[in-house]
Amino acid sequence: MNLTLKIWRQKDAKSKGSMVNYPISGIEDDMSFLEMMDVLNEELINKGEEPVVFDHDCREGICGSCSLQINGQPHGPDRLITACQLHMRSFKDGDTIFIEPFRAKAFPVIKDLMIDRSAFDRIQQAGGYISVNTSGNTVDANAIPIEKENADDSFAAATCIGCGACVAACKNASAMLFTSAKVSQFALLPQGQVEATDRVMAMVNQMDEEGFGNCTNTGACEIECPKGISLENIARMNREYLAASLKG
Amino acid sequence: MSILDSKIPEGPLADKWTKHKNEINLVNPANKRNIDIIVVGTGLAGGSAAATLAELGYNVKTFCYQDSPRRAHSIAAQGGINAAKNYQGDGDSVYRLFYDTVKGGDYRSREANVHRLAEVSTNIIDQCVAQGVPFAREYGGLLDNRSFGGVLVSRTFYAKGQTGQQLLLGAYSAMNRQINRGKIKSHTRHEMLDIVKIDGKARGIIARNLVTGEIERHSAHAVVLASGGYGNLFYLSTYAMGSNVTATWKAHRRGAYFANPCYTQIHPTCIPVSGDHQSKLTLMSESLRNDGRIWVPKRKEDAEAIRAGKLKPTQLAEEERDYYLERRYPAFGNLVPRDVASRAAKERCDAGFGVNKTGEAVYLDFAAAIQRYGTEKAYTSGNSNPTKEEVTKLGTDVVEAKYGNLFQMYEKIVDENPYETPMMIYPAVHYAMGGLWVDYNLQTTIPGCYAAGEANFSDHGANRLGASALMQGLADGYFVLPYTIGDYLSNDILTGKIPTDTPEFDEAENQVKEHIQKLMSGSGTHSVDYYHKKLGKIMWNKCGMSRNEKELKEAIEEITALREDFWKNVKVPGTSDTMNPELEKAGRVADFLELGELFAKDALDRRESCGGHFREESVEPSGEQKGEALRDDENYKYVAAWEYQGVPQKAKLHKEALVFDNIELKTRSYK
Repeated sequence: MNLTLKIWRQKDAKSKGSMVNYPISGIEDDMSFLEMMDVLNEELINKGEEPVVFDHDCREGICGSCSLQINGQPHGPDRLITACQLHMRSFKDGDTIFIEPFRAKAFPVIKDLMIDRSAFDRIQQAGGYISVNTSGNTVDANAIPIEKENADDSFAAATCIGCGACVAACKNASAMLFTSAKVSQFALLPQGQVEATDRVMAMVNQMDEEGFGNCTNTGACEIECPKGISLENIARMNREYLAASLKG
Repeated sequence: MSILDSKIPEGPLADKWTKHKNEINLVNPANKRNIDIIVVGTGLAGGSAAATLAELGYNVKTFCYQDSPRRAHSIAAQGGINAAKNYQGDGDSVYRLFYDTVKGGDYRSREANVHRLAEVSTNIIDQCVAQGVPFAREYGGLLDNRSFGGVLVSRTFYAKGQTGQQLLLGAYSAMNRQINRGKIKSHTRHEMLDIVKIDGKARGIIARNLVTGEIERHSAHAVVLASGGYGNLFYLSTYAMGSNVTATWKAHRRGAYFANPCYTQIHPTCIPVSGDHQSKLTLMSESLRNDGRIWVPKRKEDAEAIRAGKLKPTQLAEEERDYYLERRYPAFGNLVPRDVASRAAKERCDAGFGVNKTGEAVYLDFAAAIQRYGTEKAYTSGNSNPTKEEVTKLGTDVVEAKYGNLFQMYEKIVDENPYETPMMIYPAVHYAMGGLWVDYNLQTTIPGCYAAGEANFSDHGANRLGASALMQGLADGYFVLPYTIGDYLSNDILTGKIPTDTPEFDEAENQVKEHIQKLMSGSGTHSVDYYHKKLGKIMWNKCGMSRNEKELKEAIEEITALREDFWKNVKVPGTSDTMNPELEKAGRVADFLELGELFAKDALDRRESCGGHFREESVEPSGEQKGEALRDDENYKYVAAWEYQGVPQKAKLHKEALVFDNIELKTRSYK
């Protein structure tokens, strides 16, 4: 198929960017979206131009590197997938496709479609862990039985891949879904209870410091999340935060 | 006599590790504060090592090319992690895990290392649960297990199809705690481009800041390489796009021996290549072979008709299908180990029976499983006379509950419904058993340079069993390296900070800069990918699932020629002082072009078939096993450790003899 790509090009963090037109032909249904980008880049290199820079690595939907806003949607039109799992059969001959980076104040552009998501790392560093040393002297893994339902919910929250689609989807660029997924993973497990108060306070404070917006419950994040992380996590984090605030 | 000293402790096998830990030197907590350690790579091995070393009090610097440690490719591991917990009471033990791993590796690994791995496996599960890793549980609240290929017990712990992700996020959270304490300085979007040696010891690295293009010097008292495996040598693989050999290859060039490069695992169940545009292959978990039956058409005409799109697989009757694994290996059937299943698929496709438009695919069929489960389900729900539709419906539900996420992934990629038409699969490069040679302490032949996880060669012999990679990565990082590195560092308590303004750092930095300059100044005829794809084709066709002397020799010549062409004509656009992914790729491919040659040389040198390394010249000549892989214990029971001598094919071979005191060597038979 033949397509017109409109791609955000930006030399570096300081430069001003703009959308640039690239006609492309010979695209097959079986190609993934990123393989289509590979074809474009190969053409650009052979023409002596600089290829389009974008983050990608595992190409199987788990590393969370993908950060493409495709036709206005994080990871493109299909649901529950990342951009690398999107295939060109989702488009048709003659289509124009807009490709931009995830947009948020807390995610500055590094180059073209590549953004800096280290704010997410800093939120995790603020408290997204259980303080246990790797001594090998912990109790036996089966010493604390955990209700299957809680273990499953904790797992579901923990499947977040940290891509930032939730932030990109949110009109306020809020990181509540991301932060609450980690808070929930630990809040649902007995191991996580000991530090629950400090954790939620520290992580939420860091999230605010990074310049993410507030949550106004539109639910766009849940719809665009490639891993289907539930809004319930935000409700749980709000409860945790309230309890922690009252505790002082 | 070899100069390789494996430093395996004396004493009975089961006591070696405990005794060793008791006898090695320790560094007191106050002195640890004065010691710096660099960790390259933040996957399971690097992440867990960095966290633990920082907890102990060392100053740790981590480096990864990704934008966050959480994105290392350990994240993509699906199936699970083995541990000899014996929670199921099915007779598992440390000895059994040890035995299965040595046998599965076709008797080409070190007994002492593997036994230690089995010993610490149980600690890993305790540790991960304490960290909040949400493993799958049963209704009683206790941990669940499942079984994996090649073993007779149920010892695999898992978190649905995302075990690697959950374990890596556990290690990442342990790292985050230390970053928050200031004990780990995390350098993301950085790539190590050389190792710096001072007085023969590893004392630092040269790294490129991938965002600014700056070349940086970092010093330390020891360097840990946990940079993963080199399977992207084949271009197409299940690895991440950025996975590379650069860190370990640079260490090799500086004196670290590279062991058994030809031991590469080719996984039998991956989604087949669909065309030339393909950049990456996707694995379908080994667990599918529990219920799927593998087949190709019996008649070549049918295979041709299928390839041409004139015939559908579901139109072929039972007797027109060749369930070749069940035919060749009646005892193990579809559950033969990975290397055997992969070769058998290649044999059928090479003979012209392959399906898919490329002819390089076989069927993995769930129709029988759907019928079996459906009938069972109908019976247990009190429906003794179900219709065919009812059975199919019920059976489909059961299969969906078990493998739903994998079936969905397949459908997204291939655009066919695997509940209605059989899946198509083909083998793909998945793991590297070979890697930097290390002694029992995980130290390479460069003092102070350690290798952990897939980057080293130590535990899997010539073939890795399922769910053992995660186990080894975390064992090395959480429980082995933190002990053994202390023994080395105990001599460094008075050394003080290592300065970076020394001639050794100057020399290394200049070399890196020259190398980059050279990459940027090719004539500009072909892109980096052009060379990478060509290299991949040579490797796949001549150093792949089946190897012979003639083709291996051709491969060496072709790779040498390709490397020359690469250095003359590669095209790297842009500049080196900014973010430039093409330059990053070029550096990695330059190293693959050297490794490929050593790989072929190693494969040529090993005139036996063992595990993932199959030499056509070394097969059982007669009897029931006729045509199967033939190991040669008399001549090849050793680790091949290669010393760099300027050109890969001139590398010098050092042999570490493998001694088996506890296990009797046998032929692996799956008939």
